[in-house]
Formats: sequence, C-alpha cells, structure tokens
Amino acid sequence: MRKNLDVISAYAIMLGLIILVGFLQSWNMALSILCFCLISAVMTMGANIQWGYAGLINFGIMGYTALGGLAAVLVSVPPVKEAWQVGGFNMILCAFLIVLMVFSIRFIIKKYNKSAKKNYGIAAVIIVGLILLRLISAPAIESIEAVNPATTGFLGGMGLPILFSWIVGAFFAGALAYIIGKIALGLRADYLAIATLLISEIVIAVIKHEDWLSRGVKNVIGLKRPVPYEIDLQSKEWFINLVEKFNQGTLNLITNTLERQQLLKQLVIESSTVFVKLCFVGLFTAVVIILLIITQKALYSPWGRMMRAIRDNEEAANAMGKNVVKQHLLIFVLGSAIVGIAGAMMVTYDGLFTPGSYRPMRYTFLIWVMVIVGGSGNNFGAILGGFAVWFLWIEAAPIALFLINFFTSGLEETNAFRVHLINSIPYFRYLMMGIGLLLIMRYRPRGILPEKIKHI
Amino acid sequence: MDFLNAIVLLLNYLFVPALSYGSQLALGAIFVSLIYGILRFAYFTAGDLMSFGTMFTILFTWYFQSLGINLGVLPTALLAIPFGVVITILYVLVKDKLVFSYYRTQKSPPVMLAMVSIGTMFVTQAIVRIVIGPFDRRFFDGEKFILKANEFKEMTGLNEGLTIKSTQVITLLVTIIVVSILFWFLNKTKTGKSMRAYSDNEDLALLSGIDPKKVVMITWIIAAILATIGGALYGLDKSFKPFTYFNNMLPIFAAAIVGGIGNPFGAFLGGYVIAFSEIFITYAYRKFFVYILPESLEPDGLLQLLSTDYKFAVSFSILVIVLLFRPSGIFKGKVL
Repeated sequence: MRKNLDVISAYAIMLGLIILVGFLQSWNMALSILCFCLISAVMTMGANIQWGYAGLINFGIMGYTALGGLAAVLVSVPPVKEAWQVGGFNMILCAFLIVLMVFSIRFIIKKYNKSAKKNYGIAAVIIVGLILLRLISAPAIESIEAVNPATTGFLGGMGLPILFSWIVGAFFAGALAYIIGKIALGLRADYLAIATLLISEIVIAVIKHEDWLSRGVKNVIGLKRPVPYEIDLQSKEWFINLVEKFNQGTLNLITNTLERQQLLKQLVIESSTVFVKLCFVGLFTAVVIILLIITQKALYSPWGRMMRAIRDNEEAANAMGKNVVKQHLLIFVLGSAIVGIAGAMMVTYDGLFTPGSYRPMRYTFLIWVMVIVGGSGNNFGAILGGFAVWFLWIEAAPIALFLINFFTSGLEETNAFRVHLINSIPYFRYLMMGIGLLLIMRYRPRGILPEKIKHI
Repeated sequence: MDFLNAIVLLLNYLFVPALSYGSQLALGAIFVSLIYGILRFAYFTAGDLMSFGTMFTILFTWYFQSLGINLGVLPTALLAIPFGVVITILYVLVKDKLVFSYYRTQKSPPVMLAMVSIGTMFVTQAIVRIVIGPFDRRFFDGEKFILKANEFKEMTGLNEGLTIKSTQVITLLVTIIVVSILFWFLNKTKTGKSMRAYSDNEDLALLSGIDPKKVVMITWIIAAILATIGGALYGLDKSFKPFTYFNNMLPIFAAAIVGGIGNPFGAFLGGYVIAFSEIFITYAYRKFFVYILPESLEPDGLLQLLSTDYKFAVSFSILVIVLLFRPSGIFKGKVL
C-alpha cells in the first residue's frame, strides 16, 4: 500500500478534478471528458509500450488512429450493393493484383542475389503492377463514386456490430505497423521518428482522397452505436421509472402534477445523455482495465525484462542471444495495434468518421506529451498522463479566460489588448501544453509517475 | 511551333513554380540540416520558427505601410525582413538559454532534445496564433507580375503564355544571395571552419580550442536568419497561414534527409529534388502531349501520374525510398 501511495493519490486527484467539473460545469461535460480521457489512455498505453518498454519512437500515432477509425466504418456500415455491382469485381481484382505483386517481389528477392538485375526486376514488377492497377481501378472507382454520391459513393462496409471494429482496427493498425516496421525499424531513433511521421501523413492522404473506400473528406456519419440512443431511452418505461427514483427528492417537492410531469420530462432528457455517456464510460473502462492487466503482466514477465534489457543496451541483449530486430518488430506491431483500438473506440464514440480532422498536432504530438508527462515505462503513469493532459487540453480555455480576466482586470472591458487576448483563448492550450511539457522534461524528466523496476 | 509551345507550357506550369517552391524549401532544409549537424537533434520547431519570423515580418510590413513607407515596385516586406530576422534571432537565443542549453550541458541523448523541441514547437505555435491569429494572410504589395501571359503571347506569337511573378524572381535572387553568403561563410571564414570541425568531431574540435558556445550561438543565428527569410519568401509567394507553415516542416525534413542530413549543400539540393518531384509527378501532362504528338495519337486521359491530392505523399515516398536504399542521403559528400 505504502509504495503505491503516489499512484493512488495521483488518480484520486484526477478523479476529483473530473467530479469537480461535473459540479461546476455539467455532468454531461465531465463524462465526455472522462470518455476521451479513457480513449487517450488507451493511445498512451500503445505509445508507452513502444517508447517505455522498448525505446522505439513512433510519431505515426495519427496514422494508426485513423486506420482504427477506418475499421469502424468498414465493419459497421452496411454494404452498398449497387456500388459492389458496378465496381466490386474490379476492386477485388486489384486486391489480388497487389497480393500477386508482393509475392513476385518476394520471389525475386529470394531468387536473386544482390545485384543490379534484382533491383531492375523489382522496379519492373512495381511499375507494371502500378500501371495495371491504374487501368483496372480507374473505371471502377469512377462508377463507384457515381453511385448516389450525396449519401454513399463508396463500397460501404460489412454491416456488423461496431464493437467488432475494435478488434479489426487493432489488426489494421498492426498490419500497417508490420509494413512500416519492416521498412523503417533499422533506422536511428530520430530518423525513425521522422519516417513514421511522414508515413502517417501518407496514410491520412490515402484515407482522405480515396473516396471509394472511406468517402474521404465527405465524411461518414451516423455510425451505429453499441449503446442505446437517447431518443429511444426517453420513451422507455424502465428508464423513466429509474429517473423518477433517482430524483425522488426534488420531484416530491412539487405538488402540481403538470409541473411535476414537465420537470420529469426535462430530467429524463438530461439523464438520457448522461446514461448514454455512462454506458460508453463502462465500455471504455473495461477496455482500459483489460489492456492494463495484460500490459502490466507483460512488463513484469521474462519478456518484459528482455524488452527492458534490449532498450537499455541493445548490443548486450544481442550478445545474450536475444533477437533484437524481431522483438522490436513485435513490440512495434503490438503498440500500434493498441493505438488502432483507440482509433476505433473514438469513432464509435463520435458516431462519425472525419478523415479531414486527423492532424499530427492532436493525434501524434499530444499523445507524446501525455506519455512523457505521465511517465514512460510505467503503465499507470501513461494512463495518468492521458487523463491529466486531456483534462488540461479541454479545460485550458476556461482556465485561460480566468487568468486573462485576472491579469487584465485593471484594463477596460473594451480595451483592444484585452479583447484580442480573449479572442485568442483557444490557442492558450498550445501554450500550456508546451510549457507543461518543458517543465516536466526539465524538473521531472521521468514523468509524474516514474518507471519502477523491481530488483530481485 | 508546337514544340516551342510545349516547352513554354512546361516552363510556365512546372519549372518556374518548382524553382521558387524548391528555393523556399531549401532555405528551411539548410537550417534543419545545420542544427542536426551541430546541435545533433531533429529540430521539430522548424516550420513554426519560420512562421514566427514571418509573423514579425508581416507586423513590421504593416507598420511601415501605416507610416507610408514602401519600396515602389518591390514588396514592402523586403524592408521588414531584417527587423523580423533580428527578433527571431533574439527569440531563438533566449530559447536556447532557457531551454536547450540545460540539456546540452547534461549531455542528454538526441531523442530527449527532439522531445524538448516538440515542447518549444507547441509554445511557438501558441505565440504565433495568439499574436496574429490562425487566419490566412496576404502581405504582398508592389508590382505583382514581371511577365504577364498576354504580354508573352503577343511578344512571341505562341499559343501558350509564360507568367513570371515578381515573387518568384525575388525568391530565386534572395536564395542565391543568401545561400552563396552562407557557403562562403562556412567554407572560407575561420568561424565557419570551426563550425564544420565541431560538426565533424566534437571532441577533437573542443581539444583544438574551439569555443562550443560560440559555435552553438552562430548556428542558432544562421537558423533564425534562414527561417525568417525562407518563411517570408514563402508567405510572399503564396500566403501566410500558421497551419501551412507547420505542415511545411514535413517536406523540409524530407528535403534535409534526402540531401543527407547534416550536409547543408545536400539539403539545398534536396529542397529542389523534393519540389520538382512533387510538381512533376502530380502534373497532368495531357496538354503537353497534345502539342508534341501528332493528332492521331492524341491522348484522352489527363495523363497524370498521381492526383495533386498526393502532393505531400510523393515527397514522403521519395524520402522512404532514400531511407531504404541510401540512409545517408543522395548527396553524401563530407559532413557539413
């Protein structure tokens, strides 16, 4: 108990802050902050596995998040039959062609030794393949996008419950990470950072502009939820009874039946949104706890010790017969898969997929701030970082407004300087993030909850 | 005649824009490369430092305009650039003193410094957005075109026009001047040589009595100068928007790595490699082939290798290919 005191007190403070928001602003707001805190926590766990356990820098978090979101679309949206009829055959042909290309390149790599001939062979396969792909897919894409472009214009998904997408998202992200890892993991730390950052931009570009796959910047809206809808809840007998029971005290104060009815109606509407959010919180908490148990077990297993050994001294670990390259690839895939889950969770929560909103500031650098602030190498720290930084990110605006009003209270309401500052409140969150990160890195470089290593 | 038309077409839509865009990237890539060579970390604030410098250039431009000062046919911003440079130099030096110097004395690993530069990136971005806002701004004044399409058509009697914007010429001239001064400085002066020595081998340079503080300071000053000039030129040519500048960090990094990071001359060429490949691969060549092929062979598609949406993706793919086959960059040469 004693040694975990810092963890417990840090989490207690965090929960207290969220409850404070519930009292001061609204419970709806507090719960939506909590939901995003939980999603951020999953993302930071993914990044923490890579950075904290293995020392790999992955600045491609945005790409995996978006792939997770894409998985949510491809799993839950019902298939667009018409689009499949006009272009499905060609697209499947293209998929086969890509598989064929990969296998022929592998064949060439195996068959020939390192020579100019091999390089030319690979180049020829790629060029011929790309031309064929272009020829086959171009008419299909055109006709798919022409199918009812205002609402569909894409192939659609599989029409399964959206919860499946959390697993599918993990597989998507893991597959991408496998490819990236094969290409880039040999690079030095900062090269790897830049390469992954740029590759994630390519992923976003593809998702944004391949309309037949994801509807691109036209967005996919109205994804099915795994939890009930507010509007359905409001007419359910049991829910109204539940609300009545909870608010017995306030309701009993009113004697007028009509007023009472009205108040009850309003309370039902309010609590329906809270109830939906609570359902999401339950789902997300389950994911976080499951992942936490798994990662915690992994960290203190022989495998976790090996990863730390590789992180702290690659050459020594190699000399002890550990396959550094293979382990790096494994952990890169695992971490990215977790980020993919978070991406799918986020789209599930929002109910819409907007490829245009994926920006590196929010989805890559902010997550890194969370990991560093929370404490890399410590899962509890990473989760706490996700909570604390997301909380600050959302609550930065009210805090900034308060500070500005406090410091410029000597100036008039209409003072140009004061008005300018108040208009630029949304950008103070960047300032707080930056200064917070710099302070933590300077005075507590291992994070709020530093890594603890049990010595035997 | 058709052949000439085709060439003018390529000049107008590919060559001239690529040359000016490439110069703007090259200026950024050089300073990223310098910082990587001497301070030994990936400087993620690059794009935002450019927007910081440009912001002050714009503010001074507005100030001069309000005073009624202008340069006639030239944009007023040219007069404001030196002032923007001074403020940016002060900013980077203060930042180095407050933030980076601590990690240098601690001998922190490069990754740590890169993370710190992400912190300064957040701060710089906040400052820019708080001071000038996130909106798109144009601050160009003076004569817009040196050569207009119509004039060119009348002059030569060709079907295709050639437009040369004055900002493109200014960009090219300023880049040539700045880069030649820089390379003269690095190769001929004593300070420049000591910087190269420091980049090659830190310990040896320290042993031979080179003052590391001075080297670091000069590096930051050069970085601030290049960032402000590059950013202001980009803003004059296109427009100033903080988000675009942040995004420009990515092709700048691509250029620096393609050219061999730590090698300023490589970075300079890398800027052009990235710019030309971005524009050449995403251009629709239909009109070009209409001119040079006989009528019977006239193409019906757009003949575009990749749609312009994938502009960024092109440069990143080049980067990935370079990283795979030549991790040290195309133009190895000596380091710095």
